[in-house]
Amino acid sequence: MNVYLDLYLTFARIGGLTFGGGYAMLPMLQKEIVENRGWVSEEELMDYYAIGQCTPGVIAVNTATFVGRKIKGTPGGILATLGVVSPSFVIISLIAAFIQNFADLAVIKNAFAGIRVCVCVLIFNAVVKLFKKSVIDAPTLVIFLLITIGSLLLDWSPILFVIAAGTLGILLKVIGGK
Amino acid sequence: MWEIYLRLIWEYFKTGLFAIGGGMATLPFLNEIGEKTGWFTKAQLADMIAVSESTPGPIGINMSTYIGFEVGGVPGSFLATVAIITPSILVILIISRFLDKFKDNFYVQSAFYGLRPASTGLIAAAGIGVVKIAMLNPDAWEVSGSLADLVSAPSLFLAAALLIATNFGKLKKLHPVVFIAASAGIGILFRFAGA
Repeated sequence: MNVYLDLYLTFARIGGLTFGGGYAMLPMLQKEIVENRGWVSEEELMDYYAIGQCTPGVIAVNTATFVGRKIKGTPGGILATLGVVSPSFVIISLIAAFIQNFADLAVIKNAFAGIRVCVCVLIFNAVVKLFKKSVIDAPTLVIFLLITIGSLLLDWSPILFVIAAGTLGILLKVIGGK
Repeated sequence: MWEIYLRLIWEYFKTGLFAIGGGMATLPFLNEIGEKTGWFTKAQLADMIAVSESTPGPIGINMSTYIGFEVGGVPGSFLATVAIITPSILVILIISRFLDKFKDNFYVQSAFYGLRPASTGLIAAAGIGVVKIAMLNPDAWEVSGSLADLVSAPSLFLAAALLIATNFGKLKKLHPVVFIAASAGIGILFRFAGA
């Protein structure tokens, strides 16, 4: 099979079969990309994944771009990325259209009122998980509290907070010495 | 309509460029887009999170596609998806040329030392906004002053049960879609929306 087509289809299959986003995708990537295809080594995948987490954007997309680029350069990176998002595009468009049409039904309204409670708990759990990983000492705790409270009280764009926090991180490390 | 499409592309490009740390990191940005443009309410945002968690694919992409569809149909969802992945592709294509240097660079590491807790804080603040809409009823509370009007007992019980189930015991290993489906069932059974 054409390698470009293979890249696109492999990543489309990964995107279409993983529930739960970036973190859930790692075992699928290991099986498809490392074991079945041998496109990258286990270590390379872990490197891509680690960098994918600390670069802008969705982790799964970042990892797909890395792997695609390694196999077939820039066009490969773009095709792998389009592959991983294609199933989302089709499935979500269908569901969104369905919900638009049935949003006024009592049963749908009640269902989503229950689901929203669950979403609150899921966000809470995600924050706790991220908190444990990102708040590692006193300065990071202060940054966390400042950004949370600042973001609740001020009408700033999240972009400003992101730029401020990145700058602060560099300043703290420079002042504190390497 | 063209104006909306262009705005959609611009807002999602920014989200893709500044949301750091995975799917939920897009939440504060989507929250801001909703507030600024009036394209969707916080309640709709909560619904989108639920759908995105329950369907295959990256959560950040699912949420963007969903909002794109709400705003501009199929072309809208296509443009939102392409716009949010473009910064990733550009950044990764550049970084992959000097991968090891990037990873071990002092300034990159220091910036992320500050960025990670900030990203968590932004998600926490946006999450509080979602909780306010999804579970609380501040208007009724202000009128009556009674806590029973602020949060309904069934929602509180469901939230407590879910907190325990998702964090302790054997149930916590289950996929979120199971809890979302169960909550939908309970919502229908106990008429959570009063409908």
